[in-house]
Amino acid sequence: MKLDDIITILEGRVLTRTGTNDLEIQSCGSADLMSDVLAFQTEESGLLLTGLTNQQVIRTAEMANINAIVFVRGKIPPQSTIDLAEELSIPLISCFHSMYKASGLLYNAGLPDNGVVSIPCR
Amino acid sequence: MPVINSKNGKETDQLTRVQELVYELRVDEVMTADVRTVSPDTTMAELMAIMRINRISGLPVVEQDEMVGIVSLEDLVKAVADGHPEDSVRNRMSRKIVSVRADERAVQAVKLFAQHGFGRLPVLDSAGKLVGILTGSDITRGLLRSLSTRYHAEEMRRYRASHIFEDIDSEETSLVLRYHVAGRDFNQGGQASSKLKRALERLGANPPLLRRVSVSAYEAEMNLIIHTSNGGELRAEISPHRITLITEDDGPGISDVEAVFQPGYTTAPDWVRELGFGAGMGLTNVKRFSDEAFIESHPGSGTRLTAIFNVPPPGGDGGSDDDQ
Repeated sequence: MKLDDIITILEGRVLTRTGTNDLEIQSCGSADLMSDVLAFQTEESGLLLTGLTNQQVIRTAEMANINAIVFVRGKIPPQSTIDLAEELSIPLISCFHSMYKASGLLYNAGLPDNGVVSIPCR
Repeated sequence: MPVINSKNGKETDQLTRVQELVYELRVDEVMTADVRTVSPDTTMAELMAIMRINRISGLPVVEQDEMVGIVSLEDLVKAVADGHPEDSVRNRMSRKIVSVRADERAVQAVKLFAQHGFGRLPVLDSAGKLVGILTGSDITRGLLRSLSTRYHAEEMRRYRASHIFEDIDSEETSLVLRYHVAGRDFNQGGQASSKLKRALERLGANPPLLRRVSVSAYEAEMNLIIHTSNGGELRAEISPHRITLITEDDGPGISDVEAVFQPGYTTAPDWVRELGFGAGMGLTNVKRFSDEAFIESHPGSGTRLTAIFNVPPPGGDGGSDDDQ
């Protein structure tokens, strides 16, 4: 799914000068725990929905092949976060939906989930 | 043998580089310096011949070394349509001159083209003297030229780096990269891992391996930041068949080294958790993404974390990944 379509679905706003560059997004995950993001992201180019806005979100994206980030509940990251994202060419988007609703809208539109982890048996 | 079968940079990187280039290119780097001009006393019929022979669609009009106007194919067509091909350029040229300075950025010219719809812009030096002419295709050509120069330079660096293990003859060659990580400095967290990732990329690490090492380095780096006040060192030893990642610190140490690999085990303070870390998954992730991971530590005497990654042979799939 094109990032531009995702922005339309979420009624989002692009926060970075890095354009959306016709980016193709293959899967998506929602998390506020960065270690979860690092664990679940696969090889494909992924989207992250999160409520966290610090610089570590961008570093996490850099390490884990996340190509774009959506901040939910209308959150706007500090300038330092935006600067780092621009340096790494990662587009940032803000939308007013909750994480639950934003995830649901994208899932309904056919954007696949990006990771399944089985529950370990005791 | 190369460590790496390299898959080149992402398309977005390329696009961003083009955008950067537009902002970096200067007008005098792309303009045509050998500029043809006409005198205002030239007739439109003579102008037609000049345009046809030189295959150009517009020229600056110069009288006694000073630019007095600009005349285009459009002016010529009008003159012919009006039935006055013998009219002088002086009567048909446009006197309203929009120009760019030679030392301005090419992007400034792009803006002027869009704003005024002109096909060309005269280029002036700081003294206002005509030194060149610029068209849209000059800019496109300059961009392509500059892009290909850079592309070759990066290819060359990448080639050299990825062949380092072949080029150096020894019984065993390894490359050690060291990064200092400051303790408690949450905002700087990830810088070392980011540099390491770029270095491995240049060395040609295949994408799955690159991600496994980067994620592990990042988790290990965050541990140094969260749990030590003096920070420590992140080190990667790269050899043709394996990458060994080591973080070492002189921090508080760990009393139960078995427990730290249990998912959910954490001693991280609340402020760390609010920032999205410290849920007891860092070392679980390191273990999961590496082929072997172990900790050596004694309370009060620091901690050393070692994670080993086997490098798959070129063409391989990057080794074990999500193992669950």
